[in-house]
Amino acid sequence: MIGFNIVPLLPELFLTLTAMGFLIVGVSQGNRSTAVLTWTACLAMVIAAILLLQISWEGQTILNGMFVLDEFSGLFKLMILIGLIISLALSVDYLKVERMARFEYPVLVMLAGVGMMLMVSAGNLLALYMALELQSLSLYVLAGIHRNSPRSAEAAIKYFVLGALSSGMLLFGISLIYGFTGSIDFEVIRNTLDHAQGSTPGITVGLAFLLAGLAFKISAVPFHMWTPDVYQGAPAPVTALFAMVPKIAAFGLMLRVLFYAFLPMSGEWMQIVYFLSAASMIVGAFAALAQDNIKRLIAYSSIGNMGYALIGVVAGTPEGAGAVILYLFIYMMMTAGVFSVILCMRRQGLMAMQVSDLAGLSRHSPMMAYAMAALMFSMSGIPPLAGFFGKFFIFLAAVEQGYIALVIIGVLSSVVSAYYYLRIVKIMFFDEPADPFDRGMTLEKRVILFISVIFVIGFILKPNPIVDSAMAAAKALLL
Amino acid sequence: MVVQAFAFYLFAGILILSALMVITARNPVHSVLFLILAFFNAAGLFIMLGAEFVGMILVIVYVGAVAVLFLFVVMMLDINFAEMRKGAKHYVPLGLAIGALLLFELYTLYGTWNMAEITKTNRAAPVESMEQLTNTEMLGSILYTDYVYPFQLAGLILLVAMIGAIVLTLRTRPDVRKQNIGDQVARRAEDVLEIVKVTPGTGV
Repeated sequence: MIGFNIVPLLPELFLTLTAMGFLIVGVSQGNRSTAVLTWTACLAMVIAAILLLQISWEGQTILNGMFVLDEFSGLFKLMILIGLIISLALSVDYLKVERMARFEYPVLVMLAGVGMMLMVSAGNLLALYMALELQSLSLYVLAGIHRNSPRSAEAAIKYFVLGALSSGMLLFGISLIYGFTGSIDFEVIRNTLDHAQGSTPGITVGLAFLLAGLAFKISAVPFHMWTPDVYQGAPAPVTALFAMVPKIAAFGLMLRVLFYAFLPMSGEWMQIVYFLSAASMIVGAFAALAQDNIKRLIAYSSIGNMGYALIGVVAGTPEGAGAVILYLFIYMMMTAGVFSVILCMRRQGLMAMQVSDLAGLSRHSPMMAYAMAALMFSMSGIPPLAGFFGKFFIFLAAVEQGYIALVIIGVLSSVVSAYYYLRIVKIMFFDEPADPFDRGMTLEKRVILFISVIFVIGFILKPNPIVDSAMAAAKALLL
Repeated sequence: MVVQAFAFYLFAGILILSALMVITARNPVHSVLFLILAFFNAAGLFIMLGAEFVGMILVIVYVGAVAVLFLFVVMMLDINFAEMRKGAKHYVPLGLAIGALLLFELYTLYGTWNMAEITKTNRAAPVESMEQLTNTEMLGSILYTDYVYPFQLAGLILLVAMIGAIVLTLRTRPDVRKQNIGDQVARRAEDVLEIVKVTPGTGV
């Protein structure tokens, strides 16, 4: 076919083909090869990132407008790849110790990664849906990959059933949007909305359903019910993956849909996102107070954090979108550090997942305790750590647009959430020591924890490269 | 025109009735059979719309594969449907409320359909000369060219589904003896057969 250009698709193609190659290796070598394959998958993602950096990010639209590579999707793909590499590295040791090493694990993570990268590049609603399903389906299987554990199976079923429901809502919304605009292409939708004589309720309802489907993926209240159970039931490295990466992709999708395709309707969607944001922050802050299981705690914390990120969407400006990207990146780096600590919480070979298990951590492993404390201070948004700047840019963007009430809700709920973050610090440093954890933090966890802490502390010294690229990406989206 | 209206109401009426029977029938096998009836009527509606390909696919895939699979599951698994349905009565008012809400929503939405003149040109068919081609030809002409990207993505999704089914269900069972073709071929008569001459009265 003439003009059939697939160069912008190279990183995804490379990952897909590598994943298929891994399947062949896995089938012939069996589950022994899992560790090797997982590390090779990390390497493949590094290569994909290099490929991504080599191709031009100058607004290339290919395959009939279904695939868009611009500065916005390029940056998101880079973030997704970093998150995937971290979560894969965190899982190697866990898979071995828990005797659930299966060679399909890295394959599924890579295919989920391909889905996420295609999500942020989607240029029409059909591509959006297909990429979203590729991602979700891989994640459903990953949630249930520890199939001898009833909790893992429960998590997978819950995630699957509710995910199917949300896909249904998404599709219903898409069908209404198609009905009223006559197209599924983002560009055409935007043109049509620009020319529309007044808005009909139909398109608003369609957009609301589409948003509901997307809100499920980022677990914004009231579509958050699955999050705590899935986070708790899934194996710990899979939880780390869930907490770090898919939400970035879903946010990328949401930003493109709202800020590009549906920009003419910003008055309508802003109210919906406003509600999602406020509700997520409040529920995330208060529900986390009562949690004893650290994975559930992280789940509610991530619900709250998505609420903060949504404030930037409500602002509806390039600064707001840039602040969202920055916030997501900082949140991902902090979560990576937190999970490298959580994965070390093991006594006599069994995972100890209660918050109280951290008691007196400062006595037996002071370095880990100080690192965790830095991450917790950063999560609760105390300056001069990175977490503070994430919230700062978000609140700034919202205040500039006059959303004072939402910012006040945000500040108050971050005060409430500071309680449970700092409670962890208190338990680690001032409570009677519990039995020490098993020795031996593996090298990759040390490295990830080190990078995460350095990032959190050092962000203030050199914030410009990251902030600038986030803002540039947001500008590329809103052109 | 009259014939068309008659056919439409016939298909639509039977579709709704059989859909109702699917959820109210006591016997789960009857439920599945009513589901098949519903599929057939939906296919009839599609054919009336001129979408004969979708109609035929509905019959082939849903009736031929999915519904038969349902029948298998219903007949082969020991599921107590009466037990499962016990608590469902509590949710009837809630379900009716949501259904009514959706019906009202659809009614108001479809009352005002057009929003912009440009919509009509947007919706114009991507394939030219509609009259001369059949559905299947039209789909075939764009599925592997204009829409090759979602088509390949669908393939990838199916691959994930296959991997997922294997990951979640395949168990290696050491207590089951499996056929090993290599061993069978390598087996020689001299190694395993012993010819014994038995003289009468002595035994082996």
